[in-house]
Amino acid sequence: MRKLVLSAIVAAGLTAVGGTAQASGGGEPLMKPGFSWEGVFGRYDKGELKRGFEVFHQVCSNCHGLRLVAYRNLAAVGLDQEEIKTVAAERELPDAPNDEGMVSPRPGRPSDKYIDPFPNEKAAASANGGAAPPDLSLMAKARVGGPNYVYSLMLGFVENPPADHPIPEGKYFNTYFPGNAISMPPQLMEDLVTYADGTKATPEQMAKDITAFLNWAAEPELDERKSMGLKVMIFLLVFTAMLYALKRQIWKNIH
Amino acid sequence: MSGFQTNNKVVSWLDQRLPIFSMMQHSAIDYPTPRNLNYWWNFGSLAGFVLVIMILTGVVLVMNYASHTSMAFDSVERIMRDVNYGWLIRYLHMNGASMFFILVYIHIFRNLYYGSYKSPREVLWWIGIVIYLAMMATGFLGYVLPWGQMSFWGATVITNLFSAFPIVGEPIVTWLWGGFSVDNPTLSRFFSLHYLLPFVIFGLVVLHVWALHTVKSNNPLGVEIKTPADAIPFHPYYTIKDLFGIGVFLMFYLAFVFWAPNFFGEPDNYIPANPMVTPPHIVPEWYYLPFYAILRAFTTDIWIISAKLQGVVAMFGAILILFALPWLDTSKVRSARFRPLYRQFFWLFLIDCLILGYVGGKPAEGILITVGQIATAYYFFHFLVLMPVLGRIEKPKPLPASISAPVLKEKAHA
Ligand code: HEC
Ligand code: HEM
Repeated sequence: MRKLVLSAIVAAGLTAVGGTAQASGGGEPLMKPGFSWEGVFGRYDKGELKRGFEVFHQVCSNCHGLRLVAYRNLAAVGLDQEEIKTVAAERELPDAPNDEGMVSPRPGRPSDKYIDPFPNEKAAASANGGAAPPDLSLMAKARVGGPNYVYSLMLGFVENPPADHPIPEGKYFNTYFPGNAISMPPQLMEDLVTYADGTKATPEQMAKDITAFLNWAAEPELDERKSMGLKVMIFLLVFTAMLYALKRQIWKNIH
Repeated sequence: MSGFQTNNKVVSWLDQRLPIFSMMQHSAIDYPTPRNLNYWWNFGSLAGFVLVIMILTGVVLVMNYASHTSMAFDSVERIMRDVNYGWLIRYLHMNGASMFFILVYIHIFRNLYYGSYKSPREVLWWIGIVIYLAMMATGFLGYVLPWGQMSFWGATVITNLFSAFPIVGEPIVTWLWGGFSVDNPTLSRFFSLHYLLPFVIFGLVVLHVWALHTVKSNNPLGVEIKTPADAIPFHPYYTIKDLFGIGVFLMFYLAFVFWAPNFFGEPDNYIPANPMVTPPHIVPEWYYLPFYAILRAFTTDIWIISAKLQGVVAMFGAILILFALPWLDTSKVRSARFRPLYRQFFWLFLIDCLILGYVGGKPAEGILITVGQIATAYYFFHFLVLMPVLGRIEKPKPLPASISAPVLKEKAHA
């Protein structure tokens, strides 16, 4: 057994090497508010996801796309079929050509992917001072620090940037953005949204909720993954213990 | 330990025409194995187990993957979101690659410690190195397929290495790419080769095991099997031990799959490939980092030999030098247990490799450049100077008369 422990240490050493490869990027150490889905038993909080969707829908979706999430997927954050239909129908897509070959717009359907706010990247960039707002579907996995980065970025705007760090016209100072000058204006003002469940919309509350929603958008399988993991691990523990007992039994006369 | 016998008429009819049952009996049941193998001998069969997992999950992934630059990224995300248990298959494959390398690195260092590469196991060792090279190629090709930012830029940086060779360099790179930059033709051919190579590895593993069964396993004492008392049949002793190892390994592997599936990955690879935006810090997968450090250790051009070319040659040399190890090592004794000096240098070498890995993952700046250069120099010093010299000056401890001798002695004392 001692040998096995040793091998685990070697493996851990190798993985530590892997870990260092991720530590890039810049800026301040991120805030770590602690999220419900962290840890072995972590799960998404349904109320949080729903509130996060409300923030995304009312605020972020004016500039950002969510192209990998279909409207029907929103059932998982607590929208019912009617609500999903309503949200989907808010934006339009070009329909299939009709019998005369004419293409006209049609409202979105639950089976469509979330429709982008801008017709193309050029339009998105020109409406936002030259920087196109990136799609948020995978944002919670696509930055070092993941959800902690999204949370910190949301709360990292500073009104009066340090004098030695001038911010160009049309950009804003954010403590956590690489290089600090971000093209996104500060978003989360007190009571920016009115939550359906009556929760008070403080900036911290909204930052936490939108981060939960974006993490769900990036890892919708998380709940299923972790609960399957627990079952598999319990099975393996028992199974491996039995194999070990069997090994001892078979090897009894050898040593 | 008798040959294959059966009362089943069908089995015996088939076996007389194609002795598949006899072969299994011979190589998986009767195969005489040293009685004293420790748990470090589990890693070969574990690597074989992971190879099977990689091929199975890979074949299922391909059913939903689209190898076109305009679709690859989204097809992978469709696997993650819309294919039943697609996330499980993909995370098994992704983390399986890292596991494969962890296991094979342990397997290789086991061989270094116990001198398993020495006569008569040189060809077995060579096949192992070829497997390792094929694994490196497969891992690199596979990493390009999801067509994220690191896929694209990793492919660009690594293929560009060939441009270091004078005259032929540039044409080789164009030929590899199938164009003038990493683009759709590159992705298609990488996909084709990524599907092919694991089966080549599978064939190489068959050769590897064939060679192993011809020369038999080494063991912690490093003395050959001499009497029947030294060996035990593979089944049931090592079948159950290997199965137990698989159980422990699965817990380690699946802990990553279920709770930290992106631990070994780069966040940048969740951004679709964009030839117009270079990521600030391009790093290869963790298992190449020691070689990446060697590549970058060369910083000054010498005459017409560019620093880049020196780095490329050193990087390939660092692996190819392993082929010569059976002759560079001049010691008559295999196992480090009886080699008091080599045992110390073995650990130093392991630490050196870990340092190289660390340096390879960091931006090449400041003190790390020097650290990388010293570690690179030591890497080659270990093989080219230490290994030949140690065998001559070292006074090995006395070897046991046979594998079973120390065991029997212990029993007598008890
Ligand atoms: C007025 C338009 C606008 C709104 C509304 C908006 N953003 Fe942004 N966002 C941008 C732009 C523009 C960028 C690109 C910034 C840059 O690259 O400098 C951006 C970038 C981002 C980034 C990526 C930062 C990085 O590291 O690249 C995140 C995360 C983000 N926004 C989250 C949000 C969230 C969450 C909301 C809703 C609370 C939101 N945004 C609302 C315009 C907007
Ligand atoms: C696909 C990857 C590999 C697989 C599946 C594999 C499989 C195996 C198996 C099943 C054994 C016997 C059990 C053991 O000794 O652990 C073995 C032995 C061996 N392997 Fe590998 N191997 C792989 C890679 C390598 C590599 C990369 C090397 C060296 C560069 C290597 C060198 C050896 C040697 C020298 C032995 C004999 C060791 C001894 O008997 O002491 N193998 N391999």
